[in-house]
Amino acid sequence: MYKIEAKDVNLYYGDFHALKGISMSMKPNTVTALIGPSGCGKSTFLRTLNRMNDLIESVKITGLVTVDGEDIYRKNINIDELRKHVGMVFQKPNPFPKSIFENVAYGLRVNGENNRSFIEDKVKESLVQAALWEEVKDKLKKSAFELSGGQQQRLCIARALAISPSVLLMDEPASALDPISTAKIEELIYELKTNYTIVIVTHNMQQAGRVSDHTAFFYMGDLIEYGETKKVFTNPDHTQTQNYITGRFG
Amino acid sequence: MKDKNTTYNSKRTSQSVAFWIFRFFSMLVVAILFLILSFIIYKGIGVINWDFITKMPENGMTEGGILPAIIGTLCLVGGSILFAFPIGVLSGIYVNEYAKNGWFIRFVRMMTNNLAGIPSIVFGRFGMALFVNYFKFGTSIIAGSLTLGLMVLPIVIRTTEEALKSIDDSFRHGSYALGASKLETIRRVTLPMAFPNIVTGLVLSIGRVSGETAPILFTAAAYFLPKLPSSITDPVMALPYHLYVLSTSGTDLEASRSMAYGTALVLVVMVLFVNLLANALRKFFSKKVKMN
Repeated sequence: MYKIEAKDVNLYYGDFHALKGISMSMKPNTVTALIGPSGCGKSTFLRTLNRMNDLIESVKITGLVTVDGEDIYRKNINIDELRKHVGMVFQKPNPFPKSIFENVAYGLRVNGENNRSFIEDKVKESLVQAALWEEVKDKLKKSAFELSGGQQQRLCIARALAISPSVLLMDEPASALDPISTAKIEELIYELKTNYTIVIVTHNMQQAGRVSDHTAFFYMGDLIEYGETKKVFTNPDHTQTQNYITGRFG
Repeated sequence: MKDKNTTYNSKRTSQSVAFWIFRFFSMLVVAILFLILSFIIYKGIGVINWDFITKMPENGMTEGGILPAIIGTLCLVGGSILFAFPIGVLSGIYVNEYAKNGWFIRFVRMMTNNLAGIPSIVFGRFGMALFVNYFKFGTSIIAGSLTLGLMVLPIVIRTTEEALKSIDDSFRHGSYALGASKLETIRRVTLPMAFPNIVTGLVLSIGRVSGETAPILFTAAAYFLPKLPSSITDPVMALPYHLYVLSTSGTDLEASRSMAYGTALVLVVMVLFVNLLANALRKFFSKKVKMN
């Protein structure tokens, strides 16, 4: 049983054909890395999985995308509910201008959770999971803006985990961070795999190699190659993949 | 080498000339403001005392105080706020957050801009036709407040819109990605973040309203009233109109001259105070937004 399945997904921004017949499936509790040069469609594909592309005007999508076997583009779907199941972490850390505690509690509150002790437990649990608890446990009431960039990003991960999603989408989560913070995030991804299905977009080849089980190489809106990370990196089927991975273009 | 030095020197000269020109004109602006203020203070400070702001006008408005005008202005400002703020803020939210970019929104924007460009005396005439005559409010606080409210509506809408526009989409997207609806995102993220700037705009529009004469000329203001207003359907005296009366059509212009400057001083101090308040509120709210 696949966690996520995409079948012949086409996406247009106005006249621009951004995704050309993408079909790929992801198993539960795996990490899939999406790689490719800028503008290849990898982030766009990531955003089709929680329907964030809906927020852009003049987007048209055809094909089938399912999460847990359910068509997420069917007519009467509750998109807010979908986004609770499919969490997302953005490229630039984007904590809300609220306290550290309220940032993590946000998702619970907007989903109607009022039980104080439940929220407190959940906030702690999420911060522990995101490997941030030790650093912030004494200043939960402080503004999230006082944290460093790396801490803010882990806060955003904690925020996403608090509403118990089963899929976590990460759009270049470490690209704005220093090497130490990046290492922490990568470690975190590895640990989160036991509970979540993770799809990560990255520009960093080594990162893709380190954290992912499967790798998909996108180029000009096409899915060129998709397979086990080890195989894609050591013995790819396509020369384009080979060239990109070894740094000959892109 | 020599050539390079000459170019460098001439560049430096034009730099510093430009600098002094910019500096001169910005100083000029400050100087003009100071000139106006000190002129009014010099002419008006003589009549300012406790009686002046707490007593009724006496002896054909050449003596006594200006209490009814102060009260009247406060009533008109308060009434116009009650009317303009909710409507303006809500439609500002609609324009920026909900409406898709299309002909309708372009039309609304164009109309808002046109509304802002209408001369205030025209608002006054319109207010008279609609509120005073058609709705039969008569010359009254309510008619004047509604007219003033109409006049500042575009400012309120624009401020709200700009304040919301300055908030990065990444915050909205972060909220949607956690399963928040649009309304929740506006209520819990966007609006609180925009609030300091919205408040500033609102308070500045109060300053504008308190100084306007033309819109209340036909709708609310009275030449002289022996008593304070007791309901919103009563006419009122107002500071800017009182100033106009004392300067052009008082019973004894010579005798009421110092009263006129005193009125001007009170009005200016009120507006300055409102502007300072705007600053303080913005600072207070932006701190608050970051903290919780």
